Amino acid sequence: MKFQRPPTDGDGSTLYETVLEGGKHWSHVARRGSVLRLIDLTGGANLGMLFYNPQNPLERYNAPDTLKCQHTFKLTRGHCLYSDMGRIFCSIIADTVGWHDTVSGNANKALVAARWGLKSYQDHRNDWTQNGHDAFLVEGGKYGLGRRDLAANVNWFSKVAVDDAGAMRFDPANSPAGSSVELRFEMDTLVLLHSCPHPLDPATDYPRKPVALQFRKADPIAPDDACLNSRPENGRGFKNNEIYHQCAHGTGE
Amino acid sequence: MLKQSALAPETAVFREVIAAGDYWIRRIDKGQIFRIVDLEGNQAADTLFFNANDPAERYSAVDTIRLQGNVYLGLGSQLMSTECNVMLEIVADLVGRHDTLGGACATESNTVRYALDKRTMHACRDSWLLALAEHDELQLTKRDITHNSNFFMNVPVTRDGGLSFADGVSGPGKYVEMRAAMDVIALISNCPQLNNPCNAYNPTPIEVLIWDPA
Repeated sequence: MKFQRPPTDGDGSTLYETVLEGGKHWSHVARRGSVLRLIDLTGGANLGMLFYNPQNPLERYNAPDTLKCQHTFKLTRGHCLYSDMGRIFCSIIADTVGWHDTVSGNANKALVAARWGLKSYQDHRNDWTQNGHDAFLVEGGKYGLGRRDLAANVNWFSKVAVDDAGAMRFDPANSPAGSSVELRFEMDTLVLLHSCPHPLDPATDYPRKPVALQFRKADPIAPDDACLNSRPENGRGFKNNEIYHQCAHGTGE
Repeated sequence: MLKQSALAPETAVFREVIAAGDYWIRRIDKGQIFRIVDLEGNQAADTLFFNANDPAERYSAVDTIRLQGNVYLGLGSQLMSTECNVMLEIVADLVGRHDTLGGACATESNTVRYALDKRTMHACRDSWLLALAEHDELQLTKRDITHNSNFFMNVPVTRDGGLSFADGVSGPGKYVEMRAAMDVIALISNCPQLNNPCNAYNPTPIEVLIWDPA
């Protein structure tokens, strides 16, 4: 697939950038004080993501804790992503989309087969139809994680809204080409990610949407920081991180 | 939709009252009927299910809501596993709506939601951890503690993506009943939360009953 190189910040601040083609997976330890910018290059991307503490992977992203402490069902700028230990893995410092999903989970192999048909590696090489569930198992396995360690993930760029009766509806027009979201890491974080299709994507053909990843160093957190101040709960979350980083185990630098 | 059960409590093969703030863990065989009764109303029963024969397969809130296309649990809901197999199906319900988005309270999340000095208040995840420690024959640990269902709890989602903790829609004596579609281990924390209306600020006992298949 051909696509434009992602737009960089133009000031040389990008430390590393790469493109995750559609239907792939990767993992990375993001350092405290770094920013990961995600760019949906062609529109309609889905980027599944899970977060763990690399020093203690039993501490992991907790979607219910994240949603209830910020009284939200969607994720967007100003929100923080919490671990089950009351700490913030990362905060969303910029977002052109307005709604990212964290309640719909992943497609698995059976779903991909039923909706789009399976393309095997043997026949299709790198155009095989991978799925988010297996992607997380493979990437998690590299750190000793397995089935028991998976949790509700984020699906960046995807929107699933709910009506008054609770019915869920996927919005295929949520993320136009060039959409971006920026995650500032507030502690060292193991990030598992995949660009496999959202499980509710109704596309006729297996969606294969590339996402650009750009890493840079974060600016210091100002007293009027949007994520720190968006809710009093987040002030307490940042305080929990501060307490953690005071102990040797939590030294992120 | 509401539906009364035809089963009489006297014919149950198992009955036990769970005090507020306690845990309950027990195997439920495929085909058995499992009822949770909100004895005094507005209680929250934070419940996890594991495949008894392969506990790495367990209840999955996200797969459950996605596959039924609705974020609330109610009559007819099939509680799905992480492998997308049916674990249990709700076959009777006097409440109408149960939550599975809100997770369970924890001492750590209480520090964020309320105040740092609430860190010592009793919480569901502490109850679960004690349950797993006292039942180490099951070989379950913190790794296995995942996103649960909250029977009797009301967490409405709005069209614009908001989420709130509302007063319960449950009441004294209301119950939810489900049929096990596989052998499961049920783990309940009878929620001790004192800081929000999920228990009407007053944690109370619940009762669990099990019937053999007819």
